[in-house]
Amino acid sequence: MSLPRMRICLSVALAGAGLLISGCANPSVGSDRDDPTQPVTIKFWHGWSDPGEVKAVNDSIARFEKLHPNIKVKAIGNVTDETVNQALRAGGDDAPDVVSSFTTNNVGQFCSSGMWADLDPFMKKTGVAKEKVFPKTLLDYTRYQGTQCALPLLADSYGLYYNKDAFRKAGIERPPHTMSELKHDAEKLTRRTAKGSYEQLGFMPNFRLYQNSPDRLFAQWGPTYFDKNGKAQLAKDPVTKQFFTTALGLINAQGGYAAMEKFRTTFGDEMSTQNAFLTQKVAMHMDGEWRGLMLRKDKAKFDWDTAPMPVPDDQEDTYGRGYLTGTVAGISHSSKHQNAAWELVKFLTVDTDQVVRFANAIHNIPSTNAALKSPKLDADPTFRTFLDIAANRHSTALPPSNNGGQYVTSLQDFSYNVESGKVPDLDKGLRELDAQIDADNLQSEN
Amino acid sequence: MATTTIAPALRRKHRRARLRTLGFLSPWLIGFSVFFGYPLIATVYFSFMHYNQIQEPSFVGLRNWKYVLTQMPLFGPALWNTLWLVVVMVALRVVFGLGIGLLITKIKSGAGFFRTAFYLPYLAPPVAATVAFVFLLNPGTGPVNEILGAIGIDGPSWFNDPNWAKPSLVMLSLWGIGDLMVIFMAALLDVPKEQYEAAELDGAGAWGKFRYVTWPSITPIVLFAVVTGVVQTMQYYTQALVAGKLASGVTIGPGSVIQPGYPDHSTLTVPQLVYSIGFQNFNTGAACVLSLVLFVIAMAVTTLLMRKRAGLLPAED
Repeated sequence: MSLPRMRICLSVALAGAGLLISGCANPSVGSDRDDPTQPVTIKFWHGWSDPGEVKAVNDSIARFEKLHPNIKVKAIGNVTDETVNQALRAGGDDAPDVVSSFTTNNVGQFCSSGMWADLDPFMKKTGVAKEKVFPKTLLDYTRYQGTQCALPLLADSYGLYYNKDAFRKAGIERPPHTMSELKHDAEKLTRRTAKGSYEQLGFMPNFRLYQNSPDRLFAQWGPTYFDKNGKAQLAKDPVTKQFFTTALGLINAQGGYAAMEKFRTTFGDEMSTQNAFLTQKVAMHMDGEWRGLMLRKDKAKFDWDTAPMPVPDDQEDTYGRGYLTGTVAGISHSSKHQNAAWELVKFLTVDTDQVVRFANAIHNIPSTNAALKSPKLDADPTFRTFLDIAANRHSTALPPSNNGGQYVTSLQDFSYNVESGKVPDLDKGLRELDAQIDADNLQSEN
Repeated sequence: MATTTIAPALRRKHRRARLRTLGFLSPWLIGFSVFFGYPLIATVYFSFMHYNQIQEPSFVGLRNWKYVLTQMPLFGPALWNTLWLVVVMVALRVVFGLGIGLLITKIKSGAGFFRTAFYLPYLAPPVAATVAFVFLLNPGTGPVNEILGAIGIDGPSWFNDPNWAKPSLVMLSLWGIGDLMVIFMAALLDVPKEQYEAAELDGAGAWGKFRYVTWPSITPIVLFAVVTGVVQTMQYYTQALVAGKLASGVTIGPGSVIQPGYPDHSTLTVPQLVYSIGFQNFNTGAACVLSLVLFVIAMAVTTLLMRKRAGLLPAED
């Protein structure tokens, strides 16, 4: 083949490849022009997997289908954000119409990418006044830069579970209110075997334990992750250093990181009957409101109770606060039945009776103002603790970011290094962490 | 004048021959273009684009390259771990596979049993084998450390210790040595017996026979084992990911994205990082840069090995 012909062939091949590439990069687009009164089947992907929780979801769908006989819902459970993300990007007929996420971390990414449809037009069409229906904190964590691409589908708050039998044995009368009290009580509650290994740990702060992601304990300090320009400011916020110093103090007071990590490897799965709190390997434990239901179901062999997590010594007036998050629901951008999908989202998130019944069934915090005041809500005092935490004005949720939860992942990585003693200069490390978060956020911007 | 009349006929003949050749080659050409050429071009294209797999890609010049090479903290550890595994795991697998092959070819009785016993682990699915290893080597409850403890040895934390996590993965790969053992056994059994007899007549001992008879005969197989081992280890993913996630004990539930590489990124390999960046964070541009870096390194190492033949083949080959 002559050189000019080779060049022509190469150019044609490259142009063809370019066309193919740009063709593959076009996402599928859904439609909001469907008639929600016509017979239709919509797909709902959710994350619940526990049989009791799945039953509660299916009962909710049955109630919805009774109200909307023309809409059939095909529910698929135990779906992770990763799967939802990938499915919505791939598009196609099997992609879900209604989507949900167990975390608020990725809402910024869902909204800014357009992957989850903007719900404001649907609310306007159907007369839902979101500011009146939902508490502000919950509305804040379901929108990003003015785009309301999700709505809260029940909420979660985090508090302290404590073993009352162990407290009585150690002569402790009430749960700790401050971090100093937590450290003191944790030391008193820690018991060792004759060989020197742990029999029971007072409180394990290690960030890899179950729900101990650092952002959750950090919420007790009320941190500000970003400044008004969206730049990370963990190094500038003095509470960040206080938080890490307190966490290290808790670790060192109970035997050090290495010994506790080794003990952690003997713990069973979080959602099983081998959970470390259930097996009394830890006497105090940070967890969400759902744990109470599981402790009852698994018939805990000890007396237990709940309380808000302790707060820093210099912020004692904020006692009662906690970390807030929750499940969020939205409509896939690629759904061709967005109005029908909205009917389901509206039913699950706005209908007071449905929200209360679902919250009672799976022991989650109801996510509407009306449901929070409902007399039908579960009166169990161990659950009421979490309702109070959710209502506390000092309780905080993570701020949304266009980069999803990447900044939380960076904080986690940094925290793992701190707790294992790999960050000799905390100030320098925090400055580098901020720079990393800013670089990651910039990289994700278009 | 004759050339002007013959030339068109010759050209037609050559064209027909070319088309025939292309026709025979077309299945491979189509496969190569669709599954290698196109993805490679797309990877290069997207390495210069911002693309979150949902919105239109936009050109960002070298931003992705700068981000990966200068601002991504996990790139260095991932590359180091991958190269560490390439050097240590491949070398040990070749030595161990050859050693086991040599031993089994020498066994007079029960060879069938040992062949099966050493080959069987290779048939275990990688995820199942890794789960079993993480369970066996659990520092708190695993039987290995309990046995070590019973004889007075304080066992390491294996997959939970950054210094032991990669060696533990190497142990796992050595346990599944069956593939290389079979290849080496076939090569060893293929060495002509007459050459050993001649060497014995010349007074060669065990080492002399191995050095001057066995080794020259099996070097093409060793080269094959090294090259395929390097390419496979460059793509090392499943075992490292499963071991890291299981050993971390971190709950993997809906909503949570667990970063690979536990503990302290010591098991993070470049393929895991590509998946994490590309399909968890949807930073397609950066993932493409990582893939291209891995591709270039794999090509360079393979080319070097093939050119120099790693000093394994005689000069005349």
